[in-house]
Amino acid sequence: MTPPEPTTPGGAHAEARLVSAPSRPAGLLVHGVHVLDPRTGLDGIHDVLVRDGEIAEIGAANSLSAPAGVELVDGAGRHMFPAFVDPHVHLRTPGQEHKEDLETGTRAAAAGGYCALIAMPNTDPVIDSAPILGALFERAARDARVPVGFMPCITRGQAGRELTEMAELRAMGAAGFTDDGRPVVDAGVMRRALQYQRLCGGVLALHEEDPALSGKGAMHEGEVSALLGVAGIPSVSESTMVARDCALAGYEGGRIHLQHLSAHESVAAVAAAKARGVKVTCEASPHHLTMTDEDVRSLDPRRKMNPPLRCAEDREALVEALRSGVIDCIATDHAPHARDEKEVPFEQAPMGTTGLETAFSVVYTALVAPGTLRLELVIEKLTSGLGLIGLLVPEIAVGEPANLVLVDLDAEWVVGQNGYESRSDNCAFAGRRLKGKVLLTVAAGAVAYRERSIMLSVTSSEGHRSRQETSSEGHRSRQETSSEGHRSR
Amino acid sequence: MRHLLSIEDLSRDDIERILDRAAAFAEVSDRDIKKVPALRGRTVLNLFYEASTRTRSSFELAAKRLSADVVNFAASGSSVEKGESLKDTVLTLTAHSPDAIVIRTPYAGAAALVASWTTAAIINAGDGKHEHPTQALLDVHTLRQKLGSLDGRSIWIVGDVAHSRVARSNILAFQAMGAHVTVCGPPTLMPRGIESLGCTVRYDLDDLREADVVYALRMQNERMDQHFVPSLREYAAQYQINDRRLGPRQVLMHPGPVNRGVELSGEVVDSPQAVITMQVKAGVVVRMAVLYEVLAGARDARTAPRPTEPQLA
Repeated sequence: MTPPEPTTPGGAHAEARLVSAPSRPAGLLVHGVHVLDPRTGLDGIHDVLVRDGEIAEIGAANSLSAPAGVELVDGAGRHMFPAFVDPHVHLRTPGQEHKEDLETGTRAAAAGGYCALIAMPNTDPVIDSAPILGALFERAARDARVPVGFMPCITRGQAGRELTEMAELRAMGAAGFTDDGRPVVDAGVMRRALQYQRLCGGVLALHEEDPALSGKGAMHEGEVSALLGVAGIPSVSESTMVARDCALAGYEGGRIHLQHLSAHESVAAVAAAKARGVKVTCEASPHHLTMTDEDVRSLDPRRKMNPPLRCAEDREALVEALRSGVIDCIATDHAPHARDEKEVPFEQAPMGTTGLETAFSVVYTALVAPGTLRLELVIEKLTSGLGLIGLLVPEIAVGEPANLVLVDLDAEWVVGQNGYESRSDNCAFAGRRLKGKVLLTVAAGAVAYRERSIMLSVTSSEGHRSRQETSSEGHRSRQETSSEGHRSR
Repeated sequence: MRHLLSIEDLSRDDIERILDRAAAFAEVSDRDIKKVPALRGRTVLNLFYEASTRTRSSFELAAKRLSADVVNFAASGSSVEKGESLKDTVLTLTAHSPDAIVIRTPYAGAAALVASWTTAAIINAGDGKHEHPTQALLDVHTLRQKLGSLDGRSIWIVGDVAHSRVARSNILAFQAMGAHVTVCGPPTLMPRGIESLGCTVRYDLDDLREADVVYALRMQNERMDQHFVPSLREYAAQYQINDRRLGPRQVLMHPGPVNRGVELSGEVVDSPQAVITMQVKAGVVVRMAVLYEVLAGARDARTAPRPTEPQLA
C-alpha cells in the first residue's frame, strides 16, 4: 500500500500567509513628523505621503502638498515609526470567542500600533489540521483588521506525541509551528519535529518549560513566593529546556524560535547556543522586561502569567540581552481571558495578560524615557518579530506598502481608563500611567486605527469628500500580504 | 482596623492592642454565664471552603460570647458544589448584610480579594498556604501568658514549612514581637527564599537546645503521596520532637491536630512543657478580640468610613 498523495504541494519553499479583511487603501499626507526607522536610517522631520496604500513620497518638512482626496495629518511634535509586528498573540479563535476573536484582537493590535500578528494554536479545538487552518484563513479574510498569520501545532491535539501534518499545513501557508502554552516535553518528539522541518520548513516556536520542575507553581519561585506561600515556578524549569532544545536544534541543524524568555539562565543558554552557531532566535515580552515578582505581591490575578514575572536580576538580564542582541524581538504574548475567569483567587486564575494595546507605551515609559534603552533599539525590536520567521519587516521607504504608526511620545494616559479594544480586560498594567500614545496605525496600506484626537485634527485638502470619491479609489477585494518574496528559513 | 487579612499588615502595637483586649475577654470565658453584649445585633458569617473543626468552632464560640448572630456556611452541601464562583457566593451572602465574614479557602490572597467585593469586615481564617493570622495571634497570646515577653526569645518552628500557612504567619508575628525565629525541616519542604523573611534556616535539630520555644508543625499525611520525604519513619527519626530532644525548660507548641508518633512523640504531647490546650483556649479569647477589633474597634476609631456600595472591582 502506498501512502496517499498529499493534496497540496508542500516543501521548504512554501510561503507563509498573512490575511486580513478587505480594506480601503489609505491616502494620507503627514506633515512635519519626526520619522524614525532604524532599518532605513531615517531619523528626522519629514513629510510622508501615502497614496493607494503605498508610501509614495518622503520629503523635507512641509515641502509636500496634499493631492486631491488625500487626508492631511499634522505630524508636528509627533513621531512616525514602522508599525509593529507581533509573532506571538492569542486571538482565541476558534472556540474561545468570549475572550477574544479575530476582529477584537486585531482591533486591539491596531490600537497598539501593530500591522501584523501571528496567532497561536492553543484554541478549542487546537489548530492542528488543514481544515481548521483553512477555516481560520477564511475567517481572517472577513474579520481581521490587520493581517494575521497562524502557527499550527507541532503535535496533534497539542498533546506532545505525534507530529501534525506539517507539510500540508505549511503548503497552506502556516507561519511556522508551535505548541505554545505547552512545551514539547518529549525530547524524541522534539528531535523528530526538527528532522521533519527539513521537508516542510517553518520555524518551530517553543514554549520552554519542564513541567516536572514547574509543577503546580503559580508564580516565580523566590523570596516573594516564599512570603506568599504560593507554589513557585523555578527559573530552571525554563532554562533547562532552553538548553535542551538548543542542543537538539544544533545537532539536527534545525531552526527554532524561543518564546517569552523570562530567566537570566535562559538568556545565558541562548547566548551560548548562538555563539556556537545554533539557528535560534528568541523573544521577550513587555511585562517580563518591565515587571518583577515584586509586582505580584498583591496577588492580582491579572499579573499571573506563564512564564511568571521573575526577579529583578532576571528582568535586568532580559533588558541587557535586548541591548546586546541575544534577544531578537519584543512579543506581547497577548493572552486575553474573560473577566469572570480572572476574578478568582490568584492560584485558580488562568495564566496570561493582554498586551497589544500597551506594549509600546509600557516599554517606552519604563525603559526608553528613563534612558535605559534607545528608542531606535526598541522600534527595531518591536518590528523584527515577523522577519525572524521569514515574514514581513515593515519599512518606511518609498514604494513600500504603508505599515506606519504615528505616536505622541509626550502624551500620557492611564491603562484601562477608557476601556480596551480587546474583548478582555485582564491587563497586568491596568491603572498605570504611561507615556507615549498611539494616534494612528496604517497596516498593509489601510488605516487600521485612529485615536479620537487625530480624527478631529484630520483635514481634507479638498474639503469634504463624498462617498463616491472615496469608493472610486477602489476597494481591494481580498487583500493578502503573503510574505512578498520573503522566503521561510 | 477594618479587616484582618494577614500578620504582615500588623504592627507590634496592633498585635499588643488586640492581645490586651483578649486578656480582658479571658475573664468572660471563666464566668458561669459566658456572654457579653458587645456585638449584640451584629451578624458574623463563617464561610469555610476547607474542612476545619477547631478554627470554625472557635470563631463561632467567640462570636456567640460577644452576643453576635452566627451563620455557618460550608462549601460542601452549598451552591459552591453546584459550581458557583467565589465572587458570586460572596455577593449573594453580602446581600444578607453580614457585618463580618470569617473566611477560609485553599487559595492564597482569597481573603483580600473577598474584602474588595463586600462591605463586611473580612477575617482571614486561612488562605491557602499564605497566612493564618488568628492562629499566630493566639500563639503569641499563649506565649505572652507563659513567658511574659517574647523579646530576645529563640523560637524554632519545625516541620513542613513549605505547606504551612501557620509557619508563615508565626514567623512574622514572633519576629514582630521581638523573638528570633529559626525554621527547621526537610530541605524538600523548605521554601526557597524563606530566609528573606528574617528567619534562620536549619535542616537538622542538632542545636534545638538553644530554643526557648519549640513549635512543631503538622506533618500532613497527604504530602506523603508527593514523596517530599522518603518515609514518615525517616521523617520522625530526623525531626520528631520527643523526650530525648525536648529540654525541661523549653515550651512546646503545636497548631493541632497532632499526629502522635510523627512530628511529636506521645510523651511530649502529654508533658508539662506542652501548651497545646492553652493554645486552643486562647483561640476563643483572641478571636473575640479580633471580632471586637474589626466590628466595634473600627466604629470607635471611625478611621475608615465604610463604603455604601460593594466594590465590584
